[in-house]
Amino acid sequence: MNIVVDNFDAYVGGMVDTIVLTLLSFALAFVVGTVVAGFRVSPVPPLRAAGTAYVNIVRNTPLAVLMVLFWFGLLPNLGFRFSRFWAGIFVLTAYTGTFVAEAVRAGINSVAVGQAEAGRSLGLTFPATLGQVIMPQAMRTVVQPLGSIFIALIKNSALVTIISVPNLTKAGEDIGTKSADLFGSIVGVGLAYLVLTLPAGAAVGWIERRVAFRR
Amino acid sequence: MTAPVLADALGPRSRRQARVASVAAAVVIVGVAALFVRRLQDRGQFDAALWRPFTIWGTWKFLLIGLLTTLKAAGLAMALSLALGTLLALGRLARSFVVRLPAVVFVEFFRGLPLYVLILFCGFGLIDVGLEISKFQALVLGLTLYNSAILGEVFRAGILSLDRGQTEAAFAVGLGYWEAMLLVVVPQAFRRMIPAIVSQLVTLLKDTSLGFVILVEELLRRSQLAGQFFSNPLQAYAIAALMYVIVNYSLSRLARRLEIRQRRRYSAGAIQVTGVEDLAIVGAQAEAAQAQAEG
Repeated sequence: MNIVVDNFDAYVGGMVDTIVLTLLSFALAFVVGTVVAGFRVSPVPPLRAAGTAYVNIVRNTPLAVLMVLFWFGLLPNLGFRFSRFWAGIFVLTAYTGTFVAEAVRAGINSVAVGQAEAGRSLGLTFPATLGQVIMPQAMRTVVQPLGSIFIALIKNSALVTIISVPNLTKAGEDIGTKSADLFGSIVGVGLAYLVLTLPAGAAVGWIERRVAFRR
Repeated sequence: MTAPVLADALGPRSRRQARVASVAAAVVIVGVAALFVRRLQDRGQFDAALWRPFTIWGTWKFLLIGLLTTLKAAGLAMALSLALGTLLALGRLARSFVVRLPAVVFVEFFRGLPLYVLILFCGFGLIDVGLEISKFQALVLGLTLYNSAILGEVFRAGILSLDRGQTEAAFAVGLGYWEAMLLVVVPQAFRRMIPAIVSQLVTLLKDTSLGFVILVEELLRRSQLAGQFFSNPLQAYAIAALMYVIVNYSLSRLARRLEIRQRRRYSAGAIQVTGVEDLAIVGAQAEAAQAQAEG
């Protein structure tokens, strides 16, 4: 375990990178997912179709494939300038957004039909009904799936290593290459991830018990 | 596609707004798509030369063998994870602390690790310390360790969702604990968990693509090789993505169908699986079911 002690700073730096990647892409994915879920229940057919296509295609493609397709295939040819970091954030957001969208949609469907009917009877428009009547109620049932999506994202963020974005896994790989001790360095990475995921799991469980309720 | 409940029976004003929004949205969507297509075209990404390799049977054969390796790794890992997952679930529900502890530690440990790290560990770490396994075996091992932890939780949820009367009846006719579990509880729980298992199979299939980091020649690795060979990475990865989507979308549909059928059959007690990655949520549902059963 000497390797972990010797490279402690590098591991901590990697953990910070992973935390930043996770929080940033989760916040963005939450926005994207909520908007797409809104699209999918809206009375506007093109938005519904676009939302459905996005969710079904991106969700069924492996994250690793999305990473290489975006970074090595699309970016050089679309003429956008993205740093590696933001490309990683973009792909993590796009992928996680589909799961958020599905969770939020399930939450919307769990709200009693009478709520939407009441909103319409009061003369609210569709966006007003959705945003002011349905969503606030839907969000409470969505807390639990969002928690599991968040923890999955901590783990999924490791895949930005494929496009060489600094993060915990890449830090471990670099330490392994430098010290020629692959075994020890990877065990160190695993332990560092557990330091992140286990407390995150406990925290998510605590939040769930506080806010969520079951229908 | 049926219109969602939220938007049925709009009034005249809302209908007008929806029509305007539809036109505007269609214009924006088509406009953005056209912009992307234009840019790709300017870079010559639609040139026949870049796509020609995919009109040759040899290229397809190369990729399809990759897909076969992907399916083989996923199938093997699934079979092993189902067996190990059943043991873990039974272990976690056992009365004896000595049996319960290792099962809990195994599940919590492997569920908390990124699969990427597990696969690196099996593919490089273990081989580095002298274990003689092939890269393919390393991939299957990594997938199995991770997925058995997840499926263990799925099974636990399934077992806990069964009516307590089932176990009580089994004890009443004189079966011992393990007989009751294996003959009465597990077969029923297994049937209930089929949609969740199919849905986890989709995740598992996607996860086999991580084999490319340890150079297993599955679909992603082979499309990478093809892209390098023909210098058309965009086209090669796009074709690979399409192949993954076709396989996974069919499986997702199947999982959804099975889930709906299941829900009709058991009205309550079916575990919701859609829209959830890794089914970590099922673990939470299991906790809740257990808490309910205990008090």
